[in-house]
Amino acid sequence: MRARVPRRSPALLRAARLWAVLVLAGAPAVAEAAPETGRVVVGSKNFEESRLLAEMFAQVIEARTGLAVERRMNLAGTQVCFQALRSGAIDLYPEYTGTGLASILGLPLEGGDAVATLTRVRREFLARWDLAWLAPLGFENAYELAVPRRLARRHALSTISDLAAVSGQLDAALGYEFVERDDGLPGLERAYGLRFRRVQPMQQALKYRAAAAGDADVVDVYTTDGRLLTYDLVVLEDDRGFFPPYQAAPLVRGATLAEHPEVAAALALLAGALDEETMRSLNLRLQDGREEAAAVARDALRALGLVETGSGAPEGEPAASRADGAAGFPAYLWQRRGEIGRRTLEHLGLTAAALAAGIAVALPLGLLLERRRRLAEPVIRAVGVTQTLPSLALLAFMIPWLGIGVLPAVVALWIYSLFPILRNTYTGVRDADPEAVGAAEALGMTAGQVLTAIRLPLAAPVILAGVRTAAVLTVGTATLAAFIGAGGLGEPIVTGLQLADTRRILSGALPAALLALAVDGLLAAVERLVRPRGLGRAEEPGG
Amino acid sequence: MLSARGVRKTYPGGVTALAGIDLEVAAGETVALVGESGSGKTTLLRLFNRTVEPDADPAGGEVRVAGRPVASMDPVALRRRVGYVQQEGGLIPHWRVGRNVELVPRLLGWPPARRRVRAREVLELVGLDPDAVARRYPRQLSGGQRQRVAFARALAAEPEVVLLDEPFGALDALTRLELQREFLHLKAVLGRTLLLVTHDLAEAFRLADRVAVMRDGRILQTGPPAHLAAHPADPYVEALLALREVR
Repeated sequence: MRARVPRRSPALLRAARLWAVLVLAGAPAVAEAAPETGRVVVGSKNFEESRLLAEMFAQVIEARTGLAVERRMNLAGTQVCFQALRSGAIDLYPEYTGTGLASILGLPLEGGDAVATLTRVRREFLARWDLAWLAPLGFENAYELAVPRRLARRHALSTISDLAAVSGQLDAALGYEFVERDDGLPGLERAYGLRFRRVQPMQQALKYRAAAAGDADVVDVYTTDGRLLTYDLVVLEDDRGFFPPYQAAPLVRGATLAEHPEVAAALALLAGALDEETMRSLNLRLQDGREEAAAVARDALRALGLVETGSGAPEGEPAASRADGAAGFPAYLWQRRGEIGRRTLEHLGLTAAALAAGIAVALPLGLLLERRRRLAEPVIRAVGVTQTLPSLALLAFMIPWLGIGVLPAVVALWIYSLFPILRNTYTGVRDADPEAVGAAEALGMTAGQVLTAIRLPLAAPVILAGVRTAAVLTVGTATLAAFIGAGGLGEPIVTGLQLADTRRILSGALPAALLALAVDGLLAAVERLVRPRGLGRAEEPGG
Repeated sequence: MLSARGVRKTYPGGVTALAGIDLEVAAGETVALVGESGSGKTTLLRLFNRTVEPDADPAGGEVRVAGRPVASMDPVALRRRVGYVQQEGGLIPHWRVGRNVELVPRLLGWPPARRRVRAREVLELVGLDPDAVARRYPRQLSGGQRQRVAFARALAAEPEVVLLDEPFGALDALTRLELQREFLHLKAVLGRTLLLVTHDLAEAFRLADRVAVMRDGRILQTGPPAHLAAHPADPYVEALLALREVR
């Protein structure tokens, strides 16, 4: 048992202060500025129609008011969007009245009347959260069930009641939300006594392919889905009036309307302006034409005479479909180089901020634990638990506190980066050459001097290996940040997943993988650099 | 120079390392503590630079260095005044030999020029060529050379007392003999107070003025080698002596 010197050297204190300053200085750079005056944030869910409507909202606000618009597209589903709206992270997004009733309010479905449903959600949302449903856009996008035509013919299916009679022999491919929602499968099962042989949750785009390939007998579709035009499907009648009306409308924060009444005025121009037929063809341009939402939205607004022809709307990305054909994947990547470059920089920014904060916390904590070893095991184990949290769940947990966007993403990534750095710092410093440490203490070095002059330099390669692990982990996990609107290389991956567009997915996944390799290589070089001389192999063995 | 009176040490968990120890080491004297592992010899050695503390007063006894109770001294200052050599040398692997040797003078704030001159001096003293070794890393030296550097480091700040914990334990037989000869030479030249821990009675007899045989946290017998050999006071000491003769 070696007595420890209960002293702290001034050098240590200085180092601690320096860390504190760095952490505090870094925080504002990481945190996003609160929405300033003259700016509104438009959000969307992660499917084509939601992106298209949000883009139309954004462009009409830009064209008809003096406000700047920030876009937070592709948020992962209704709950993420709604939480973001409530917390003020976004000001508005397109929502459907039936979804508001069933998914958000959790009220029993009454079916039927579109006006009654709108009145109901409008009253409840204003009273509970000061959120306003503006005038509906003119079309409904309801859930419906569809079957391939040959199957409909074979079993003579025209209504959901017909389907219920044979559902035991059928496989269904249904959307992730649909499987869970009360106005989805669970409610349908109760209302019609449906019992499918097998239910497979699947992305929207993949469901159509599965149905076309005969791998799925029943899929859930949306009224305005453009793919209904291209796939040979029969939509079954909701003969018991189970599905509530799903009128699309802008859902806006009351505070935003009070501050910028011109937002309501601009959006009123879209009231009743869109019908199902129009939406199907617009959606199809996104789904099969793989055009960008910004370009399609601009065309739609021009057709309505709401934006000037020629200018007034932001430049959209060139339509991806133009690169189709013989030119192939490299040409596609080249064409998207601007986007890929921007996303790569965003990705690096997220990763670097998270990693810097991770080092700033885990490194001093590791050193502290070396001095308080009794705490080390429980603390490291507790931090280790964070590694087992599913990344998407962790991102979702952040939303109520931190909203959406860069800040919650960085915080989530930061949490992931802690464990490898902490563990390696602690073990590296603890296990640093015990003979040398023992001798240095016995010859009168203070504990602080031993730490800074001996333990830390000897542990440096181990600590850096931890940083390297954390960096590669963070680069990989940061692709999920797109789900809460933080951008990065996950953005093309998320969009590509919805469109079942492999090239789009690869245009995010490939750079992300290369980035991980590059970061790993770079840090490996730094690792060699910080390895103290004298620890290498003996070049001149003495005699 | 060194004194321990009625010292007891119990480790957490109840293991008694020292069960009432009395030991006096005069200035300039070399004393060897001999015993098998677990006898308490290393614990006893470490009391003198406070890398081990005895049990709390009054039952713990008193340890003095140069007449002053160590309990009243700052442990860091004490350690800088007391040289220390351990079995594996404990050289700092990422420091060159020169810097290793200058460690304690540097801690004491000696000016750089004086440190460097002194480092050359002590390296020569332990039989190394400063020009050949000062810029090398410990890893680039042989085991014997490393142990010589450890001696040089312990002597660099001219301590009155040097504590040595199995300093030859990790060396091969030939190098050990060579280093033991070097030790006797240094002992004669420097005249410091040396306290040496070893499990080898033959080594203790060869190197020390007096030998203290330890077992189970007690000193069984203390005396000059000749006296011990002639009048073993305990069956265990007798057995050790017999073992030495067999070899």
